[in-house]
Amino acid sequence: MLFSTASRTVLRGVGSVPRSTSTLSSPFNINSPSALRRLLSSLAVLEQRDGKLNHGSLSAITAAKKLGGSIHGFVAGSNIKPVAEEAAKVEGVEKIIAVDNAAYDKGLPENFAPLLVENIKKGGYTHIIAGHTAFGKSLLPRVAALLDSQQISDITAIENENTFVRPIYAGNAIATVESSDPIKVITIRGTAFPAAEAQGGSATIEDGVDPNVEISVEWVSEDLAKSDRPDLATAGRVVSGGRGLKSKEDFDKIMLPLADSLGAAVGASRAAVDSGYADNSLQVGQTGKVVAPQLYLAVGISGAIQHLAGMKDSKVIAAINKDAEAPIFQVADVGLVGDLFDKVPELTEKLKSS
Amino acid sequence: MSALRILVPVKRVIDYAVKPRVNKAQTGVETAGVKHSMNPFDELSVEESVRIREKKSAPGGVEDICVISAGPPKAADVLRTAMAMGADRGIHVDVKEGEDLEPLSVAKLLKAVVDKEKSNLVILGKQSIDDDAAQTGQMLAGLLGWPQATQASKVTFGAGDTVEVTKEVDGGAETVRAKLPMVITTDLRLNEPRYASLPNIMKAKKKPLVKMSLSDLGIANERRLKIVKVTEPPPREGGGKVEDVDGLISKLKELGAI
Repeated sequence: MLFSTASRTVLRGVGSVPRSTSTLSSPFNINSPSALRRLLSSLAVLEQRDGKLNHGSLSAITAAKKLGGSIHGFVAGSNIKPVAEEAAKVEGVEKIIAVDNAAYDKGLPENFAPLLVENIKKGGYTHIIAGHTAFGKSLLPRVAALLDSQQISDITAIENENTFVRPIYAGNAIATVESSDPIKVITIRGTAFPAAEAQGGSATIEDGVDPNVEISVEWVSEDLAKSDRPDLATAGRVVSGGRGLKSKEDFDKIMLPLADSLGAAVGASRAAVDSGYADNSLQVGQTGKVVAPQLYLAVGISGAIQHLAGMKDSKVIAAINKDAEAPIFQVADVGLVGDLFDKVPELTEKLKSS
Repeated sequence: MSALRILVPVKRVIDYAVKPRVNKAQTGVETAGVKHSMNPFDELSVEESVRIREKKSAPGGVEDICVISAGPPKAADVLRTAMAMGADRGIHVDVKEGEDLEPLSVAKLLKAVVDKEKSNLVILGKQSIDDDAAQTGQMLAGLLGWPQATQASKVTFGAGDTVEVTKEVDGGAETVRAKLPMVITTDLRLNEPRYASLPNIMKAKKKPLVKMSLSDLGIANERRLKIVKVTEPPPREGGGKVEDVDGLISKLKELGAI
């Protein structure tokens, strides 16, 4: 009896409070989020190479869509028109700002940053978004400094137009940060924002302003690893080899056929890269690439925290390692304890014949 | 050819081998009683600077290697370590525990120091392993208007103050050339940092270490990002082990991975 009276009193109290607050708060709550959203405008910095749009960079548009507001894309380089036309097909993009000038072909930050800053000022954007790729990492902090804005790096989620989520400490902690800068300069983790598809849209293409800043650095050469396999950062499946492979010859002999049997990209641990078994650009981890494929198969990798930082968001993790106590087994959905020199060729054969 | 006056910013961070734990208040990571050391990429910067002098690889020689750190009193420890590795002197910018600077503030601070010390080469790590921001070097280069070479795996000096840097990029390597002054950030493959020997640790205690405050450099700790909360990532549960390759294949099929 006492209980029911008490709960009724509580209920009455609860019932009356929201009524009064809702009448009180409504005049102050004139849909401020949507009012802000009208002012919100994002510039997605897109990448191109040799006149081809880098589709991975369309992740920036996906992130911009999550913010809401108007979306423009930015491209620069020689013969930029076909790239701009392709980018203009992305649904939801209003305008592509294109600057046709060979000086921007290599994406060197010394002249690309002032170029972007001029176009950002002209467009009055509130959010500048690029991928946390080698290009984005080298360019955007320079842009942020020129705009006197504290960049927010490698975000994995957007809570609202000011608040973003990003991993810190090699992904061992997740920070939610709120920016007070008028212009938010952001790099995004590609695996957290799937690339927007280049179809369904019909953005206008407009020439951007070109300050043509004299460049203080000279591009000399590049040495890119050639591969017919899928790109590591965007592959649906990744097979990764570690110190357990013992030599470059064994790495190639064991890992490459396995990758081909799965149609997978090849990755490597830092130990494998440092020992020269695999190219630097294949390193998966805190300081290498971050991947999140459907399947990540770790071969001869112990699972140090720096490595896990680069792959623990994979859908399914499988591991083959001879040490049953290896930390990789704590995160693997399926583990096989055994000698990789026996198990992997057997796996490759069985995958091929199935 | 100008003699090099190298500035090497170093940061004291939680040791890379420690698994960080989020604190109870969810405001950050537990740092009390946790082993700290020099950010691994900064060790590479110090090592590279010392090697440039030892190998006489710069035609103009190395006049000065100055290490700098902004942080609590214990940041002086990493400066001593850097001096034991071969740096000539240190600058400790005193910042209270828990009042860490954001990269933009660090870049502004470094710009002030570059101007003061007349540095013509700044070598930084590509990122610190705590905040993982990877911004400071690029921001500094932007503020100074200097060329930048990020994620360096090789640095060579040529005639007429030129510096050629091979950078690690997505898919391979890229080489750029610029003239001093410039900013370089280091990547893992640049070198193998040395251990400081005991005699050098003793000698480092006598090297000059200047203490400064932010206001001495005309810098305010202006924070633009508010940490709303810090949480643990969702734990990943291991799914157990299988006996053989057939078991592996059938489990992967069951999980829809192949």
